[in-house]
Amino acid sequence: MTAAECLLEVATGNDGELILRLRGDWTVSRTLPPSEPLRPAIAGARSLRFDDSTLLAWDSLLIVFLRRVMALAHSHEVPVDVHGLPQGAQRLLALSRAVPERAGAQRTDGRAAWLARLGASVIVVGEGLRALLSFIGEIALAVGRLLRGQARFRRADFLLILQQCGAQALPIVSLISFLVGMILAYVGAVQLKQFGAQIFVADLVGLGMAREMGAMMTAIIMAGRTGAAFAAQLGTMTVGEEIDALRTSGFSPMDFLVLPRMLALVLMVPLLCLYADLLGILGGAVVAITSFDISFSQYHDQTLAALDLRQFGLGLIKAAVFGVLVAIAGCLRGMQCGRSAAAVGDAATSAVVTGIVWIIVADALLTILYDMLGW
Amino acid sequence: MTNPGSAHVEVSGLTMAYGGFVVQRDLDFTIGRGDIFVIMGGSGCGKSTLLRHLVGLQQPAAGDIRYSGTSFLQASPEQRAHLLQRFGVMYQQGALWSSMTLAENVALALEQYTSLSPAEIRELASFKLALVGLAGFEDYYPSEISGGMQKRAGLARAMALDPEILFFDEPSAGLDPISSRRLDELIVELRESLGATIVIVTHELPSIFTIGTNGIFMDAERRTIVASGNPRQLRTECEDPKVREFLTRGEQS
Ligand SMILES: Nc1ncnc2c1ncn2[C@@H]1O[C@H](COP(=O)(O)OP(=O)(O)O)[C@@H](O)[C@H]1O
Ligand SMILES: [Mg+2]
Repeated sequence: MTAAECLLEVATGNDGELILRLRGDWTVSRTLPPSEPLRPAIAGARSLRFDDSTLLAWDSLLIVFLRRVMALAHSHEVPVDVHGLPQGAQRLLALSRAVPERAGAQRTDGRAAWLARLGASVIVVGEGLRALLSFIGEIALAVGRLLRGQARFRRADFLLILQQCGAQALPIVSLISFLVGMILAYVGAVQLKQFGAQIFVADLVGLGMAREMGAMMTAIIMAGRTGAAFAAQLGTMTVGEEIDALRTSGFSPMDFLVLPRMLALVLMVPLLCLYADLLGILGGAVVAITSFDISFSQYHDQTLAALDLRQFGLGLIKAAVFGVLVAIAGCLRGMQCGRSAAAVGDAATSAVVTGIVWIIVADALLTILYDMLGW
Repeated sequence: MTNPGSAHVEVSGLTMAYGGFVVQRDLDFTIGRGDIFVIMGGSGCGKSTLLRHLVGLQQPAAGDIRYSGTSFLQASPEQRAHLLQRFGVMYQQGALWSSMTLAENVALALEQYTSLSPAEIRELASFKLALVGLAGFEDYYPSEISGGMQKRAGLARAMALDPEILFFDEPSAGLDPISSRRLDELIVELRESLGATIVIVTHELPSIFTIGTNGIFMDAERRTIVASGNPRQLRTECEDPKVREFLTRGEQS
C-alpha cells in the first residue's frame, strides 16, 4: 500500500449538515490534522456526520480525533451522527463514555495564577514546619518515657542498628577522614612554607580535625549513609502498613522505631568522630613527614602542644548534636513518606538533603556560640 | 456486657475527609456483638478509609465512634491503649513487621500485654500460627513466604491477644478461590469459638453471602450509606438498583 496520509475532507450537505470525510490511514504512525480550524465550520453547522467510505485503516488515533471533534460539537450544541463511522470505532466511543467522568476528580490546580501558586507553596512550607515541630514534640515525649523507663523497643533491633551505624561505618569514615587530614595539611603547609613556619601545619590539622572537620565529615557521611537508610526503612514500613500495624497493636512508632535509631546515632557519631579526629591527624602527619621535611617526633610534640582534651570535647559535643539531627531528619522523612514505592526514594533523598543542611546550619551556630563563650 | 446482639460499635454522624476532600459523610450504623459485619461498595468509595477510622488510625472530620459505649476520640490515653488491646487488625497486604520472624510478630503483643514466660509466649505464638495453617514456619521472615501465607500470618498476629473485635481489609483479595474459602471458614470459626465481632471489607460476593450477617453499602457518588442490613436480604429486597447490581454482578435484568 502506498503511504496513504490521514486526510480530512470537509463537505457541506443539505440543511446545513457538515460531513467529515475520513481518507487514508488513521493510525498512530500518522500525524493528526488539527481539529481547531474546524471550529467555525462546526459552529455554523446544524448537524454533523462522518463518512468512512474512503478510510483505509484506523486505530485509537482516530478515536482521539473523533473525541476532539465531538467535544467541539458538544460545546456548540451541534448534534453528531456517528453512524457513518466503522462499527468498532462507534463501540469504542460509546465505551469511553459509558462511565461519565467523576465530578471533582479532575485536578485543575495546574493552571492556577502565580499568586495562588505562591500562596500554596507558602502553605506547604508552613505545614512542613508544623509537622517538624510536632515530630520534635513527639520525640521529646518519647525521650521522657525513655527516662522514666516506660519506652518499649526491642533490644535486638537496637543492637542491630548500633552495629549498622557504628562498626559498619568504620571503613568509609577511615578513608574520608584520613584524606581530609591530608588535604588540610597540604593546603596549610604550602602557605606556611612561605614563612618557613611549616611546623604549624600540625596545629592546623590538629585543631581543624578536633574542633571542626572530624565531627562535620563524620556527620555528613552518616547523613548519606544512615540517614538515608533510616528514611528508606521507615518509608518502606509506612508503605507496607507496618507502622499502622504497630499503632493498632498499641505500640508507639516513636518509641519502637525512632528512639533506638536516635540513641544509636547519639552514641555512635561521637565515637566515630573521635576515631575520625585521630585518623585525620595521622593523615596530616603522613603529608608533613613525606613532603615537608618534618620529623615524626616534631609533628608529635607540636600536635600535643596545640591540642588539649577541651578541643576534642568541643568536637564531640558537635558530633552528638549532629547525630541527633541526622536521626531526626532520617526518621522524620521516613515517617512522612507517602504510600508508594517512588515516595520511599523521595524520602531517602530528602533525608540526606535535610540532614546535611541541618548539620551545616547547626555547625555555624555552634561555632559562633563557642566563639562567644570564648571556648 | 457480652450478651450477643447488643451494640458493640456505634458510629454516629461520621464524616471522613482527606483535607478538604470529603470521602463519605453522615455515616450512621451500629455493629452488634458477634456480627460478621460487611462493609461493601465500589472501589474508591472509602471502605479502607472507614476501616482506618474504626481502628483509630484516622481522626473523623465530624461525628463519633463508640466501642461498648466508650468514645475512642474522648478516651484518655490509658483507655485508648486498653481499647486497642481488644482490637485485632488484619491489613490488606499482611503488614507483617519485616525485621521479625513470624513467631516474633505474633509474640510482640503477648510480651507487651501479658506476664507469660518466654516459653509460654513461644508456645502460644506457635499455636496461633498453627491455627492459620502455618505450623513449622515460626522462624521464617515475612519476605521468605508467599503473599497468601503473609496474609494468614497477619491473621495469626491479629488474633494474638484473643481480641473482642477483628477488622479485615479485603482478606481474600489476591487469594485463589480455595484459599479464600478456607479463610472464610476460619473467620466464621473464630467468631464461633472466640465470640468475636468481625468487621470485614470485601468485594468477594461468595464470602459476602456465606459469612455476612449484617453490613452497609457505601456509594462513591452520593458519598454516604445507601443501604444496610443482611447482604442476602439486600440482594433480593433492596430497592436501590446500584446495590442490587453490585450484589448480583449486574447479571440480573
Ligand atoms: N492518603 C490519601 N490522601 C488523599 N486521598 C485519599 C488518600 N487515600 C485515599 N484517598 C481517596 O479516598 C477515597 C477512598 O479511598 P479508599 O478508602 O482507599 O477506597 P476503597 O478502599 O473503598 O477502595 C478515594 O477516592 C481516594 O482517592
Ligand atoms: Mg481499599
